[in-house]
Amino acid sequence: MPFKNLKEIIARQDFFSPGHGLCAGCGAAQIARIVMKIAGKDSIMVNATGCLEVSTTTYPWTAWKVPYIHVAFENAAAVASGIRAAYDALIMKKKLGKDVNVVVLAGDGGTADIGLQALSGAFERGDRITYICYDNEAYMNTGIQRSGATPYDAWTTTSPAGQKTLKKDLMGIAIAHRVKYAATATISYLLDAANKVEKALSISGPSFIHWLQPCTIGWRYDPKLTVKLSRLAVKTGLWPLYEHYDGINKLTVQVPKRTPVLEYLKLQGRFRHIMDNQEELAKIQSYADELAAKFGLGPVVE
Amino acid sequence: MQKVEPFLLSGNLAIAYAIKQLNVDVVSAYPITPQTTIIEKISEYVAKGELKANFMLVESEHSAISACLSAAASGARVFTSSSSQGLLLMHEILFITSALRLPVVMVVANRSVSAPINIWNDHGDIMPQRDTGWIQFFVESAQEAYDKVIQAYRIAEDHQVRLPIMINMDGIVLSHTYEPVYPLSDSEVASFSPWNLSLKRLDPDDFLTIGGFCYPDYYFETRYQSSKALEDSLPIISKVDKEFGKLSGRSYGLVSPFKCNDADTILVSMGSISTTIRATVKKLREKGEKVGMVSLRLFRPFPLNELIKSIKNAKAIGIIDRALSPGAVAGPLFTDVTSALYLSKMSIPAVNFFVGLGGRDVKIEDIENMFVNLKKIPTGKIKKHSYYVGLRG
Repeated sequence: MPFKNLKEIIARQDFFSPGHGLCAGCGAAQIARIVMKIAGKDSIMVNATGCLEVSTTTYPWTAWKVPYIHVAFENAAAVASGIRAAYDALIMKKKLGKDVNVVVLAGDGGTADIGLQALSGAFERGDRITYICYDNEAYMNTGIQRSGATPYDAWTTTSPAGQKTLKKDLMGIAIAHRVKYAATATISYLLDAANKVEKALSISGPSFIHWLQPCTIGWRYDPKLTVKLSRLAVKTGLWPLYEHYDGINKLTVQVPKRTPVLEYLKLQGRFRHIMDNQEELAKIQSYADELAAKFGLGPVVE
Repeated sequence: MQKVEPFLLSGNLAIAYAIKQLNVDVVSAYPITPQTTIIEKISEYVAKGELKANFMLVESEHSAISACLSAAASGARVFTSSSSQGLLLMHEILFITSALRLPVVMVVANRSVSAPINIWNDHGDIMPQRDTGWIQFFVESAQEAYDKVIQAYRIAEDHQVRLPIMINMDGIVLSHTYEPVYPLSDSEVASFSPWNLSLKRLDPDDFLTIGGFCYPDYYFETRYQSSKALEDSLPIISKVDKEFGKLSGRSYGLVSPFKCNDADTILVSMGSISTTIRATVKKLREKGEKVGMVSLRLFRPFPLNELIKSIKNAKAIGIIDRALSPGAVAGPLFTDVTSALYLSKMSIPAVNFFVGLGGRDVKIEDIENMFVNLKKIPTGKIKKHSYYVGLRG
C-alpha cells in the first residue's frame, strides 16, 4: 500500500541515527534516513566509498542500526549481488529462514563512473537489489571534482571553466538494461520518494532510484536551501520526477508551469560564472525545454 | 580406511569435484585461461543439481571477488578462482577480504602476466599478491590441489583464523594434466570440513558495520591484527594437515624436505617444479651426489622455522623463482629465504635461479646444472648471485 501522507512516513522507526559527520544541510543524510525508514530492520545496507560512507561509519562509531557493509568504490553493486546470492542460497538450502532487503546507497561517481560496470552486471543478471544513486553531481568526498554526472556549465575544481558536456543519462542506462523498475526522486517531494523506495523494494529483480542530492559545499549554497533547491530542480524541469515500470515511463509529479532555470542556477555558486552569460543560460534553458517535451511538463511561466 | 578407486582428473576437475563435495553456497567467477575449466565444471554440477549453489556469473574478476567477499560476510561458504590478469584485477579487493577477516577460498591456476600476453605457467601473477594478507599454499599435483581445497575451508572458517586462502596450482602443468586422484567420500569431506553459520556476519538480528572508516587512531591496530592473525594461523594450518593425514593417509607438511639431512647442496622451490627437482635429486643420489631439495607447500604465512630446519646443514642453497621482481635485490622467494637465514643467524651461501617464465620448460638437465653450479660455490669460483636458466642471448 502506498503511503498517503508524510506523517505515516515520519512515524516510522529510524535505522539511520542522527549522530553522523555529514555536513549541515547535506541531502545524503536525509536520503539515508528516509530510505531506512521505508526499508526497515530486515535490510542490509551497502555503500560505495564516498561522503555517506566515511561520515557515518567512523570507527568505533556507526550511524547504522542495520547490518552495513562498505568494501570499495567501484563494486557496490557486486557487493550487493553477493549478499543477495548468499541469502538466496542459504534460504534455498534451509540454512537461514528470513530474507532481507539488499539496498545500495552510492554516489554519482560510484554509480555513473567507476561503478558503472558492476552496476551493469547486476542489472543484466537480474539480481534482486535496490540500488539508489544519491547524485550530488561531482566527486564531493574528495573535494568537488567533476564526474560523469556533473551538469553542463557547472564549476568544479577540475572543471574550473565549467563542465562542457551534459551529464550521463543514468535512468536511460538503467532502462536500457530492461530493469523492471527505475525512478527519479528528490527530498522535496518526500511522499513521492518514499513510495518509490517502497515500490523498488517490492520488485523481484533489480530496481534503481536516481536521487538528486544538493550538496551545500560543492554547489556553493546556504545550507538552509537544500530542500528549496531540490524543489526548484523539479519545477524548472531539470529533474523530472518519473518512474519506469514494466517498460512504461510515467511522470509522478506534474509540473504544469515551469520556473525558468535561472531561478535554480542563481542560488548556486557553481553557476556564478554564467550569471551574465545569456548564451550559456539559454543553452541550459533549452536543455530543460527538451526534458519538458520528453516528459510532458508545462510551459515556462516567468 | 576404505579402499578407494582413483578418478582420472586434471587439477581443475579435481578442484571442481572438491567444491561439489564441500557443498559450497556461492560461487562467483569470470573466465580466464587456464582456470576456466574449474568454473565450467562447477556450472555443470549446479545445472544438474549435483551442487546446490548460487553461481554468480559476473562481468569481471573484480566483481567476482567482491561478490565472494560479501557473500562470505553474509555467512555463505564461497569459492572463486582466477589466473594472471584476472588475479591482478582482483588485487584491490584481496587486501580488503583479509582485513575484514572473511573466509573466501580461491584457487589460482598460476599464469604469467602481460605484456607480452602469454597463457602459460609461471608465478608472475601470484607474487604481486604476497602482501595481501591471504594464506597462500602452493601445490605439486592434482591430488594435493584436491586435498588442499578440502583443508582450506576447515582452516579459513576456523574462528581463530577467519582469513581468506589462495591455493596456487601451476597453470597448464597441473590445471590441465590428468592424473589419478584419490577422492574422499562425500561424508568424509562433510565431516572434515563442516559448514557452520558464522557468528559475525551481516545479520539484521545482530547488526554490525563492516568496512567502516578509521582515523590514524585505530588504523594501525586494525592492520596489525590482521597481520598477526596470519602469523597465528600457522599452527592451525599444521594441525589441520595432520588431521587430514589421519583421515586420508595424505599429509603434506608446511615444507617438504627431501634428502636434506646430509645434503651439501639444496634447492628450494614451490609448485610443480618441485616434483621435477625431486626426481633429479633421486637420480643424482644414485650417482652418489649429496644433493637435496625442499618444497614450500605454504608460502604465507612463511614457515620460517620449518624451512630453516631442513636447510641448516647445507653448504650452498639454490632458490628458485618463477617470477621476476624487477629492480629488487633478488627474486621474491630468494628474498624471503635469505631473510629467514639472516634472522636465524646463518650465512649459508645462496644463489637465485630464475626459471620457467611464461611456460618455458625446465628439464632435469637444467636442474642438474643448477646443482653443478651450487657445488662450485664453496670453492669461491661462483661470483654471481643470480642465474636466468635457459635464457637466450
